[in-house]
Amino acid sequence: MNFLERNLKEVWKFFVSVKLTIFLLFSIAGTSIVGTLIPQNARVEEYLQAFGEFKYRIFDIFDLFDMYHSWWFQLLILMLTANIIICSIDRLSATWKIIFNRNPSIKKSQFKDLNKEEFIEERSPEQLQTIYAPILHKAFGFTQVETTDTGFCIFAEKWRWTRFGVYIVHLSIVLLLLGSLIGSLFGFDGYVNIPEGESVDQVRINNVDKTHALAFQIRCDDFTVSFYDSGEPKEYRSRLTILENGKPVVQKDILVNDPLRYKGVNIFQSSYGKMPSKDVTLKFTVAESGMVYEKQAEIGKPIDLPEGLGSFLLKEYRPSADLQGTSLGEAFIGVLNTEPGKAQEIILPVRFPNFDKMRKDKMFISIAEQQQREKYYTGLQVTGDPGVWVVYTGFIMMILGCIITFFMSHQQMMVEVTQKNKKCIVIVAGKANKNIFGMQQEVAKITKRLTGSQKHSA
Amino acid sequence: MDSSHVLSVVTFVYGLAAVLYIASLIFRQDTAGKAASIVIFIGAAGNAAGIGLRWWESHQQNIGHAPLSNLYESLVFFALTIAVIYLVVERKYKNRIIGAFVTPLAFLAMAYASLSPNISDRIMPLLPALKSNWLIAHVMTCFIGYAAFALAFGVSIMYLITFGKERSGESILARLPSPAMLNELNYQLIMFGFLFLTVGIITGAVWANSAWGRYWGWDPKETWSLITWFVYIGLLHAKMMRGWDGKRIAYLSMLGFLAVMITYFGVNYLPGLHSYGSR
Ligand code: HEM
Repeated sequence: MNFLERNLKEVWKFFVSVKLTIFLLFSIAGTSIVGTLIPQNARVEEYLQAFGEFKYRIFDIFDLFDMYHSWWFQLLILMLTANIIICSIDRLSATWKIIFNRNPSIKKSQFKDLNKEEFIEERSPEQLQTIYAPILHKAFGFTQVETTDTGFCIFAEKWRWTRFGVYIVHLSIVLLLLGSLIGSLFGFDGYVNIPEGESVDQVRINNVDKTHALAFQIRCDDFTVSFYDSGEPKEYRSRLTILENGKPVVQKDILVNDPLRYKGVNIFQSSYGKMPSKDVTLKFTVAESGMVYEKQAEIGKPIDLPEGLGSFLLKEYRPSADLQGTSLGEAFIGVLNTEPGKAQEIILPVRFPNFDKMRKDKMFISIAEQQQREKYYTGLQVTGDPGVWVVYTGFIMMILGCIITFFMSHQQMMVEVTQKNKKCIVIVAGKANKNIFGMQQEVAKITKRLTGSQKHSA
Repeated sequence: MDSSHVLSVVTFVYGLAAVLYIASLIFRQDTAGKAASIVIFIGAAGNAAGIGLRWWESHQQNIGHAPLSNLYESLVFFALTIAVIYLVVERKYKNRIIGAFVTPLAFLAMAYASLSPNISDRIMPLLPALKSNWLIAHVMTCFIGYAAFALAFGVSIMYLITFGKERSGESILARLPSPAMLNELNYQLIMFGFLFLTVGIITGAVWANSAWGRYWGWDPKETWSLITWFVYIGLLHAKMMRGWDGKRIAYLSMLGFLAVMITYFGVNYLPGLHSYGSR
């Protein structure tokens, strides 16, 4: 054995160990906790504020702000993958030989030390064989009869292939990791805002300052949002058209949970907003005089209030504002200056014109009717992930594999009939590669069927 | 009588069942045990009826959806799955003593849902992101898994109490099932729970992919479910491959349930997306 071979053997031995598996599993579980305590991928300023300069530096060295993509975390996952693959290959040949053995020889000695059931029969071995053989064949599918000096012995077995269950599970994990690798190498995850009536042919990539060009155009024909009576959003709906070379090819309304998929690109409803409009028409209702004044307001520009009541500044637009946890839907936020030095922030929900009345002040403000027919933009999440089918295949295999490994086992049974003093002693014994308790029940069940046959023909 | 009312009555029914099981264990009263079985069955039936009623009520309010959309509803479903799985175990293993360690958990889940001032039992309309059949599958499978792990937790405590102790005729200990049986039951429950947790994580990933275009995002709840999953994989391999048994498996099972509890409740105190669970 040369130097290289020896080293390879050492590496192999290292990765075959199940101690390593347990160590890696608990290491990954343990370190993952850190990433749930420190928010991931936030902005540097936020971290500095939360942790201070010194801790920030230390955390940064260990990549704790994006730890699931850090070299050391990826290394742990890589080792786990190597561990599963190598361990499985190592054992597969033995399992393979058991499963694809063309002449499985089941021997009496294999059943020697197992739990058995025993009973006495009056009939002859020949009679019993014609009755027992079909019963076992029906329950197991595979039987093999051997005649002995004093009677006979039937061996039966089923579900030999379930020994593959573990490999299916382990392979599924490899597929999940492979699929996510394909996704991170060849996929993209971006977003784009499209105003109603307009179209785009590229999207911005999340978290980095890059764009991704699409092979087609997405046009937003229409966007609608509807609300529950409580003011919470009920449905976001965008009517999208896909254009190729300027010609429409597909049209679909997308909702949250119901995306549009086209040529490997998925388009999800993710957010929305109103086009920042230059001016908004506001209605000022003065309580005392009952007078209603309409005024144009522009975000960022203060305006004078009627009847010398002070000044007002329209500060910003929010697609979904809330007050003490209650959602109000879209609203404008304004600052009211009735007396010098007494600025107060007020919310003007588009859908509740009388909302500001609750302040019970000299005057309340609302958004004029026509404002509601403003132009929206739809916020779309646009992703492409060629690895997703590999991942989904992994999901299905994982579920099937778990069911097989946990709840099915390779079962073998032996029924031995020995003639003694004109009577027959029948012994039923069974073995399985797992779930011994279940096998005991199976033995009891078959015994019952065999003794049942006795009563019928007696 | 509306569903919240029915469900708060169920809380007391579960409480009564727990008291009866514990009394039957301590005072060796088989009649109390038999009564407990009937009471827990009534509780489970009422629990299921309460969930059905709540579903119907949400349709009456024109915001019809399966009652699995917030913390209150998930706790109620959690209690039901604990009670149902327990009833199956009781039948299969023909043993009522386990009830003394398990039914208090169903009671606690219901009591927390009904009595905690922080948990609203109002029927809320569904936010757009939650309108998905995958979500229903996700919540149901996760909670079946959690409930099996809760039972395994109770069984592990029983194991640790009985293990290595003298089991003479007179003591309460002698009435507990044998450690070997508890060990086996613990393992069966964990395999069952693990299968459902796996399906739960997978359906959650499929849902996330249909709503946001990504099946995995390392948000704290997702990460904690993965941590939980890894703890149980560790347990299964330690048992299957290294022959760990008894005490060590019981401790790992309790560690796993701790991870379940953090995934379920603790994560609401961490930053992330699954915040709907906190209402
Ligand atoms: C990250 C996940 C996993 C890793 C790293 C892992 C790793 C391993 C390793 C290294 C072995 C020993 C070698 C072998 O028999 O092939 C093993 C065995 C085994 N694993 Fe896993 N495994 C993982 C997930 C699972 C899951 C989810 C199941 C659940 C069904 C499972 C079930 C088994 C079983 C039943 C065996 C024993 C095989 C036997 O008896 O020969 N594994 N695992």
